[in-house]
Amino acid sequence: MSFTSTDNYIVADDLGLAVNAAVTLEKPLLLKGEPGTGKTRLAEELATSLGVPLIRWQIKSTTKAQQGLYEYDAVSRLRDSQLGSDKVHDIANYIKPGKLWQAFTAPERPVLLIDEIDKADIEFPNDLLHELDQMEFHVYETGEQVRAEHRPIVIITSNNEKELPDAFLRRCFFHYIKFPDADTLAQIVQVHYPDIRKNLLSTALEVFFDLRAVPNLKKKPSTSELIDWLKLLLAEEIAPAELQKGNGLMPMFGALLKNEQDVQLVEKLAFMSRRQSS
Amino acid sequence: MLIEFFLCLRKHGLNTSLTELLDLLGALERGMVFANVDDFYTLARLVLVKDESQYDRFDRAFAEYFEGVEQVDLASAIPADWLERSLQRQLSDEDKAKLQALGGLDELLKTFRERLAEQQKRHAGGNKWIGTGGTSPFGAYGYHPEGIRIGQEGSNARRAVKVWDKREFRDLDGDSELSNRNLQLALRKLRKFARTGAADELDLNATIRATSQKAGLLDLQWQAERHNAVKVLLLFDVGGSMDDYIYECEQLFAAARNEFKHLEFFYFHNCVYEHVWKDNSRRFAEKIPLLEIINRYGRDYKLIFVGDATMGPYEIAYPGGSVEHWNEEPGAVWMQRLLNHFTDAVWLNPQPTEHWRYYQSIDLMRQLVSQRMYPLTVDGISQAITTLLKKSAVAAVPSPSNS
Repeated sequence: MSFTSTDNYIVADDLGLAVNAAVTLEKPLLLKGEPGTGKTRLAEELATSLGVPLIRWQIKSTTKAQQGLYEYDAVSRLRDSQLGSDKVHDIANYIKPGKLWQAFTAPERPVLLIDEIDKADIEFPNDLLHELDQMEFHVYETGEQVRAEHRPIVIITSNNEKELPDAFLRRCFFHYIKFPDADTLAQIVQVHYPDIRKNLLSTALEVFFDLRAVPNLKKKPSTSELIDWLKLLLAEEIAPAELQKGNGLMPMFGALLKNEQDVQLVEKLAFMSRRQSS
Repeated sequence: MLIEFFLCLRKHGLNTSLTELLDLLGALERGMVFANVDDFYTLARLVLVKDESQYDRFDRAFAEYFEGVEQVDLASAIPADWLERSLQRQLSDEDKAKLQALGGLDELLKTFRERLAEQQKRHAGGNKWIGTGGTSPFGAYGYHPEGIRIGQEGSNARRAVKVWDKREFRDLDGDSELSNRNLQLALRKLRKFARTGAADELDLNATIRATSQKAGLLDLQWQAERHNAVKVLLLFDVGGSMDDYIYECEQLFAAARNEFKHLEFFYFHNCVYEHVWKDNSRRFAEKIPLLEIINRYGRDYKLIFVGDATMGPYEIAYPGGSVEHWNEEPGAVWMQRLLNHFTDAVWLNPQPTEHWRYYQSIDLMRQLVSQRMYPLTVDGISQAITTLLKKSAVAAVPSPSNS
């Protein structure tokens, strides 16, 4: 079993090796990289290519580690006790399994995606150390021990907003997704828009890489923005020549630049280069 | 196995642990990679390095360790015809004519082989040896009209050693001593939890009590979630001598902003006078009177100054001492006003502690903040926070304005 590029997702060689190593050695894989380089997409594609379910745990600033294990619904138990329901005698009726529990008890080895772990509180990764290492935890209310039958393939993504503790990092494999080079990017675009005109693609990529090279951009456009932009270019049937004209901003710039300061900056640069050339 | 490699990594400042080495050996035993130094590089990096800022160190360590291996490899792995072909491809007819200056292609190749044999070590700079960045005819990244470029052509023929030789992650390598996480952990000590806001958490104890009081009729009780309730006012010194410490200040600022809900920050230059400001680009247009700060924020705010306190002593002690405008009252008076209001205050100084005694202004400032000045390091911040949390002597005795 090995993970390689699929019909609609291109995997760089080193990333493929990283994923395969993590799968074989049953270690969580921590992925970092610029937003839009396909970190989350990777988990989806991995699950599809292995033909296993994907369990996705989206982390927010309020997420607690405990929620991933289970939650005890005390309110409904109290209410049931008022109504005289028989369920109330068994506390297990009120334990709701979280995403980790689901992943541990899944019938086949699933892919567990812990998305954007850096959004959580600074102690969050520490609270999951044992669970991710031993793949088991204890349910305090019922005295039950939940142990993974098949160690799930764990993919963790981070946007680097907070640094993660050393003890946590030691238990993971780490891969930093580089921004793809022009060749890989052309391949990625080919996968998304197979019938794109060659000359439009090469001109668009040129404009795109020029734009990424502009210093001091607040948010550099990434792969997902490029793909959105190309979609617009195709929909509007913009000729490659129009891209090259270079008077002011590129057409449909809104798909590439997400910040009004960036738009102003690029506009200013375009204005200056126009003045120099005339 | 790979013990030397492991030690080499640690020598280069990577804090790789034994667990990770064992993981790597485990991966090798499972046959993840075999006899491919490029894949080995990727695998080793995957297992041993946990942050992209460490990639550059890893690249350097890897290059150093595999230096010997690669040099031997280089001599045997480049067949004469391969070199010739790549040369033919690169040179125009004109160049080839010029090349006769060195005695023709054969001569050049011969010299290349001789030097390769002579050369024992990897080499950078200089004008004779094969290496990087020099003006020798042989090597990479250099310049010489008749140079042979090694290992820089298209990706299909790319030599493995170049992957780490490129050092793509150089920009990311930061001094991790003052990393964001360290700072955040230090600042955490300042947390003070209190239940504020909407009550949306079930208070089990109160519910049980209330329910039993109503003879078993369910009566749910709610409480607010615990939040960090500490309030912080940060005053940053900007410009001038502080430019050297921008990185440290940014780190502190980023850490503090993530950590505290009630965080206010303002800027000043050198010493606090009548005005502070919030936006550096409009600092002269949008001035905020210091008295407004004192009136707006309560005494429960903890005041933290960040500045190097390195200036002319008259900037603190005399009216009109400011380098930027005419100040009617000396900076010391304004400092005193702030400190009278905000009794919990500290000063964080990015200057190394050893240098403090050479500046009279630092001494003056330390007296003003009653010795509560600490270096801007993780330890310094911890000390500062301990001081902030202690009921200061000033706060213990109610000040006249408080009564």
